[in-house]
Amino acid sequence: MQLIGETLAALRGERIVFRNVSFEVAAGEALVLHGPNGSGKTTLLRVIAGLLGILTGRLRLLDDDGKTLTDDRRDQAFHFISHQDAIRPQLRVQETLRFHAAILGAPVKNVDAALESWGLASLATHSAGFLSAGQRRRLSLARLSLQKRKLWLLDEPTIALDAQTRAQLSIMCMEHLSKGGLIVAATHEPFLGDPKSLQLGPRA
Amino acid sequence: MPVLAYANPERFARLASSLTPWFLGSAIGLLLAGLFLGLFMAPPDYQQGDAARIMYVHVPAAWMSMFVYGCMALASAAAFIWKHPLADVAAKASAPVGCIFTALALITGMLWGKPMWGAWWVWDARLTSVLILFFMYLGYIVLWSAIEDPARAARAARILALVGAINIPIIKFSVDWWNTLHQGATVFRTDGPSITSSMLIPLLVMAVAYNVLYAALLLIRMRAEIAERRLRSIRLGLEFEPK
Amino acid sequence: MRTFFALIRRDVTLGIRASGGAALSAAFFALIVVLAPLGLGPDMATLKSASPGLFWIAALLATLLGLERIVQPDVEDGTLDLMRLSPLPLEFMALAKIIAHWLTSGLIITLLAPVLAPLLNLSLDAVPVLALSLLVGTPALSAIGAAAAALGASVQRGGMVLALLALPLNIPFLIFGSTAVAQAQTNTDPTQALTLLGACSLIAVVVGSIAAATSMRLNDD
Repeated sequence: MQLIGETLAALRGERIVFRNVSFEVAAGEALVLHGPNGSGKTTLLRVIAGLLGILTGRLRLLDDDGKTLTDDRRDQAFHFISHQDAIRPQLRVQETLRFHAAILGAPVKNVDAALESWGLASLATHSAGFLSAGQRRRLSLARLSLQKRKLWLLDEPTIALDAQTRAQLSIMCMEHLSKGGLIVAATHEPFLGDPKSLQLGPRA
Repeated sequence: MPVLAYANPERFARLASSLTPWFLGSAIGLLLAGLFLGLFMAPPDYQQGDAARIMYVHVPAAWMSMFVYGCMALASAAAFIWKHPLADVAAKASAPVGCIFTALALITGMLWGKPMWGAWWVWDARLTSVLILFFMYLGYIVLWSAIEDPARAARAARILALVGAINIPIIKFSVDWWNTLHQGATVFRTDGPSITSSMLIPLLVMAVAYNVLYAALLLIRMRAEIAERRLRSIRLGLEFEPK
Repeated sequence: MRTFFALIRRDVTLGIRASGGAALSAAFFALIVVLAPLGLGPDMATLKSASPGLFWIAALLATLLGLERIVQPDVEDGTLDLMRLSPLPLEFMALAKIIAHWLTSGLIITLLAPVLAPLLNLSLDAVPVLALSLLVGTPALSAIGAAAAALGASVQRGGMVLALLALPLNIPFLIFGSTAVAQAQTNTDPTQALTLLGACSLIAVVVGSIAAATSMRLNDD
C-alpha cells in the first residue's frame, strides 16, 4: 500500500490552511506532521481521510497492486483517530467500543480482546463519564485493535497518556510498521523511531 | 473546484448590468399599465365593488411568491447537478425578492379583507399558503446567514430549497383540503365565480410586470453577490489559475 | 445491517439515559396538554372541539424540543466522522437515527396521548384514531426534524433555525392528523385523512433520511 499526496491545498472556511504540500508514504513507513497549532496538521489528516475536500492537488491511496482505492474500499483501508474521542459519558466503556466496532464493520468478538490489550478490561462496565483523560484516550486508541487496517491516521495520539501507555503505543506502531503498515501522525512527541517528517507552516 | 476562475460569473455580471436598465424600465412601464388597467379601466367586481381592485396587486403577488420559490428550487437543483457557481447565486438572490412578494401578498390580503369582511385576517387557503411560504423564505434566508462558511451555506441552502420544493405541493394541497373541510368558518372568495376577460387582462399584465421586476431585481442582486464573492476571494488570495 | 441496529440501540440508550431525551419529550407533551385548559378555560365543550388540534400541536412541539440531540452531539464529539467513514451508507445511518429518535419521542407521545385524552375531554370514539394518527404521523416529525437538525448543526442560535426550518414542513402532518381525530369525534369517516397522513409520512421518512444524510456530509469541521 502507498499513500501519495501531490501539491495539495485545502480550504477551511475562508482560509487556505496549507498549499503545495507533497509527500509519499510507502509500506512500513511513518510520516510525522510537524507545525505550530493551526498550521493544518489536523486538516491534512482529515483530507487524507476523505472527510475534507481538496482544493487543488491530488491524493492517492494505492493498494498492494498499485491500483487506486476508491470510495468504500478506501474508507475501510484506514483507521482515523482524531483528537475528538467519540465517547459519550452516558455509555459504558464496553458499550462504547461495541458501538465503534459496529460502525467500523469490525466483528464484535474483537472488542473484549481490544479492551484487554489497552488495559480497559477492568473498566468495561463503568460509565465512560468516569474515565480519566488518559483512559479516554486509550479507549479511542483501542479502535486500532478492533480491525486490521493498513493505514493509521493519528492526530495527537499521545496526549494525556502516561509513560507506560505511550511506550505501549510506540510498540504497537512499530509492530504495525514492521508488518507493512503505514502511519501518518500529527504529534509533538517522538514515538515512532525514525519516521519521515513533513513540516506544515513555519518552523517553531 | 468551488473557487476557481470567475470568468463566467464576471461575464454574467457584465451582461446583467447592461440588461438591468431595460428590465427595470419595462417593469415600471408594465406596472403602471397594469395598475392603470386594474384600478381604472377594469369593471368593478359585481359582488365586492371597487375595493376588490386590490386583487390586481394581491393575486399576482401570491402567484409570484410561489413562482419565485420554484425558481429557487430549480436553481438549487442546477447547482446540485452542474455545480455551477451562478446557480447558488441565483437561488440566494431570489430569496429576498420572493419574500417581499410574499409580504406584499399578505399585506394586500389584509387590506382587502378589512373593508370587505371586517376582519384583518382570514384563514382562507391562499392567504394561509402564502403565510407558510413566508416562513419558509425566512428560514431559507436565515440559513444562508447563519452558516459562516459561504460554500457550506450554499450546499445547505440547496438542500433546504429542494426539500421545501418537494413539500410545497403537499403543503398547498393540505391547506386547500383543510380549508374546504372547514368551509363553515370563512368563505372568502378571492377570485369570484368567473373571471371575465376584462378582469383577466389587468391580472396578466400585473403578473408579467411582477415577473419582469423579479428578473430585474434578480439581476441586480446577483451582480451584487458576484461582486462580493470576487472581493472575498481577492482578499483571501484565492485567485488560482484553473487547473 | 448490524451497524444499523447498533446505531439504533445506541441512540435509544442515549435518548433514555441522557438529559433532554425521552423523559423531556414526554414531560413537555404532558405539560402542554395540562396548560391548554388553563389557557382556554375549563369549559368541556371548548376543550373537546379543540383537543384534536391541541394534541397534535403538543406532539409537534414536544418533538421539536428533542431535535438538537439527533445530530449536534455527534458532530461535537467526532462520531459523525466515524459514521461518514463507515461501510453503512450515511442515508441508512440517518434512517437509523430517525427511528431511534422516534422510539424516544414519537412512540412515547403515541402511548401517552390516550392516557391524557380525558384531560381535554376527547371523546372515547376518537381515542383510537388519535393514537393511530400519532403512530403514523410522528415518524414524519422525527424525519423532518432530523433533516432540519442536520442542516442547522453547528450553527449559532441553532435552536431557532431548527424550529424555523422544521415547523413549516410539519404543517401537512398537523393538518391531516388533527383533522382525522376531529372527524372521528364528529362521526365522520377519517379514512381519507389517515391515508393522506400515512402516504405523506412515508415520503417524509424517505426524503428526510436522504436530506439528513446529505446535510451531515456538509460538516467538514
